[in-house]
Amino acid sequence: MIRPCRFPDPTLFPYMPLLEVTDLRTGFDTDYGRVVAVDGVDFSVERNKTLGIVGESGCGKSVTALSVMQLLPRPAGNILGGSIQFKDRELVEATPDVMVDVRGDEIGMIFQEPMTALNPVQKIGRQVSEVFILHKKMDKATAREASIDILEKVGIPSPEIRIDEYPHQLSGGMRQRVMIAMALGCKPDLLIADEPTTALDVTVQAQILKLISDLQAEMGMAVILITHDLGVIAETCDEVVVMYGGRIVERAPVLELFANPQHAYTKGLLRSIPRLDRKRKTKLPTIEGNVPSLDKMPSGCRFSTRADIEHDEASITNRPAYGEISPGHWVEKCPYCYQPD
Amino acid sequence: MKPLLSVENLKMHFPVKGGVFLRSVASCKAVDGVSLMIHEGETLGLVGESGCGKSTLGKCMVRLLEPTGGRVDYDGSDITHMKRHDLLPKRRDLQMIFQDPAESLNPRHTIGEIVSEPFIIHGIGDRQERLAKVGELLEKVGLSASAAEKFPFEFSGGQRQRIGIARAIALNPKMIICDEPVSALDVSVQSQVLNLMMDLQSDLGLSYLFIAHDLAVVRHVSDRVAIMYLGKIMEIADADAIYENPRHAYTKALISAIPIPDPTKREDPRFLEGDVPSPINPPEGCAFGHRMDHPKWKESVGMDLALREVGPGHWVQPCPCCTNL
Ligand SMILES: Nc1ncnc2c1ncn2[C@@H]1O[C@H](COP(=O)(O)OP(=O)(O)OP(=O)(O)O)[C@@H](O)[C@H]1O
Ligand SMILES: Nc1ncnc2c1ncn2[C@@H]1O[C@H](COP(=O)(O)OP(=O)(O)OP(=O)(O)O)[C@@H](O)[C@H]1O
Ligand SMILES: [Mg+2]
Ligand SMILES: [Mg+2]
Repeated sequence: MIRPCRFPDPTLFPYMPLLEVTDLRTGFDTDYGRVVAVDGVDFSVERNKTLGIVGESGCGKSVTALSVMQLLPRPAGNILGGSIQFKDRELVEATPDVMVDVRGDEIGMIFQEPMTALNPVQKIGRQVSEVFILHKKMDKATAREASIDILEKVGIPSPEIRIDEYPHQLSGGMRQRVMIAMALGCKPDLLIADEPTTALDVTVQAQILKLISDLQAEMGMAVILITHDLGVIAETCDEVVVMYGGRIVERAPVLELFANPQHAYTKGLLRSIPRLDRKRKTKLPTIEGNVPSLDKMPSGCRFSTRADIEHDEASITNRPAYGEISPGHWVEKCPYCYQPD
Repeated sequence: MKPLLSVENLKMHFPVKGGVFLRSVASCKAVDGVSLMIHEGETLGLVGESGCGKSTLGKCMVRLLEPTGGRVDYDGSDITHMKRHDLLPKRRDLQMIFQDPAESLNPRHTIGEIVSEPFIIHGIGDRQERLAKVGELLEKVGLSASAAEKFPFEFSGGQRQRIGIARAIALNPKMIICDEPVSALDVSVQSQVLNLMMDLQSDLGLSYLFIAHDLAVVRHVSDRVAIMYLGKIMEIADADAIYENPRHAYTKALISAIPIPDPTKREDPRFLEGDVPSPINPPEGCAFGHRMDHPKWKESVGMDLALREVGPGHWVQPCPCCTNL
């Protein structure tokens, strides 16, 4: 097999994005027809940087991540168009061989639900070792040592005992840490972390985020962090992408996004953040209504069914323009959801 | 107010197998002497380090696990070792929402089948009635009624979590053990679900055990909060007291580690030093003091660490290292 050439020396091209996703479209073929879960998404991430992705549950964050990894459920899930440029390679057309090399070694992924990613009938040790055996060509004994070491780093107590246990014997948070260990084991260039810390208490969460940022400092790893916790976004991200209904409605540097949100959905999201100073047991602010299911999604402004301001026919049927309003700050310019003052 | 559910000195020790003959070589003390009660119409928040035994405690309360020690009382009867047959009518109004939806939703069943399962188990309604009820429940948790025909894999993580919630509230239970019910949801759907849970509580007098890691959420919905560490309760008090006047060092560490949703207030990550303790070989004395390598930890070894009341309804583990008692 011819190994694709490595990325040019990063010191020579410091501003070249490590990953550049352009107009990505991903769909599923279902009994009731084709649904488009990701509908024209653009973003990029540089070495050493952390990009946050937030958005309503079901808006396509995990599907975006799975598209980059080429791990969509087959045959239903397919990339319908667009480009995923990683280093000097186009992943949309990459062969399964190339992807086996890329996954785990160059791109690590932490999956949202640990039980879907861990094999329930295989011991923890075997699953973690596999990463080292496959990508670092270690022998079994060395891989076992390396596994114990990385499990300890992610804060699993008694790793030498846990390694011989099965996933169901671990708590939710420990399973999640096993997956974090598998993703970080090979020191990937890009880490895609889908809700990496939701099952962890805040002290362990801080420890894992520290581990990730240490690895970032040590070897310039880029991170895509998908999370609902806007506190975590505020503390760790450089740039944030806000998704709704399979599209990006806003994208901005983190300080700008929190200080100056522009899209109606982003504003609603920031208003709903749980706060410590609210009167207990009172009604929490929400965004009215529910996301329509994918087959009933309007083709124009997708937030039109939820927004406070009634939309006209044109904005419901025609996709709003997406443009840059200040350096690095992009918004979907639906005339009702984006009203600059 | 009388307690609806109470546990007393509850223990759940799992055997750890090893060696050639897979004999029990040690035990994992997941829950190690927990006593608490939940009153009618009350929400008790439960917070603690991952792996400290929260889910295990919840599963013992609904008797998905049979505890190895102590007792569980529900609605006036001792259910600690109750047989499956006698337990069934109790389980009807004692439900659980599971932490990992992938673990609890059968991938080969449609959402309609999953949500109507409780009706079938308890022989309620005919097909038509069940169908109508399922649609209503799905809409209540913010999904469309048409979701009933789909399979779990067709949904996102947060959508799956809501399916679990719909199933748990199907039979109008009196008490729900909620294991991380909203952690997979974005903040706006999360608020919708929490509002729904609070509404159900005020309408029907529901009680909750609410397990979660998001301390702002726990504070908002809970009347009282319990802080757990390595199989034991460290502190339990009214929600306001826990947040405004925490007494145990672990509670204080948790509160100071809450991420602040304001990028201008970024601080270096605060995190705990020391090795995470293991329930397989728990340290003697105060577990958190041991973790922090506190100079006074030694004094706690051999001490009586039973919770002590330090204010009205405010109980804390007395030890020289973490509470200065
Ligand atoms: N296998 C599938 N078949 C059909 N539809 C699917 C499939 N997998 C996902 N979807 C749909 O794609 C959409 C996007 O799902 P995705 O998992 O990316 O959401 P998400 O943003 O990660 O949400 P969450 O925050 O809840 O994890 C959802 O509406 C979901 O119903
Ligand atoms: N079926 C089992 N067999 C053996 N050990 C188990 C089993 N279930 C749980 N344990 C162990 O019991 C301990 C407590 O697990 P539990 O799932 O209750 O933790 P938790 O507090 O819910 O953690 P998390 O926040 O990560 O979900 C862990 O050490 C776990 O490994
Ligand atoms: Mg997801
Ligand atoms: Mg748990």
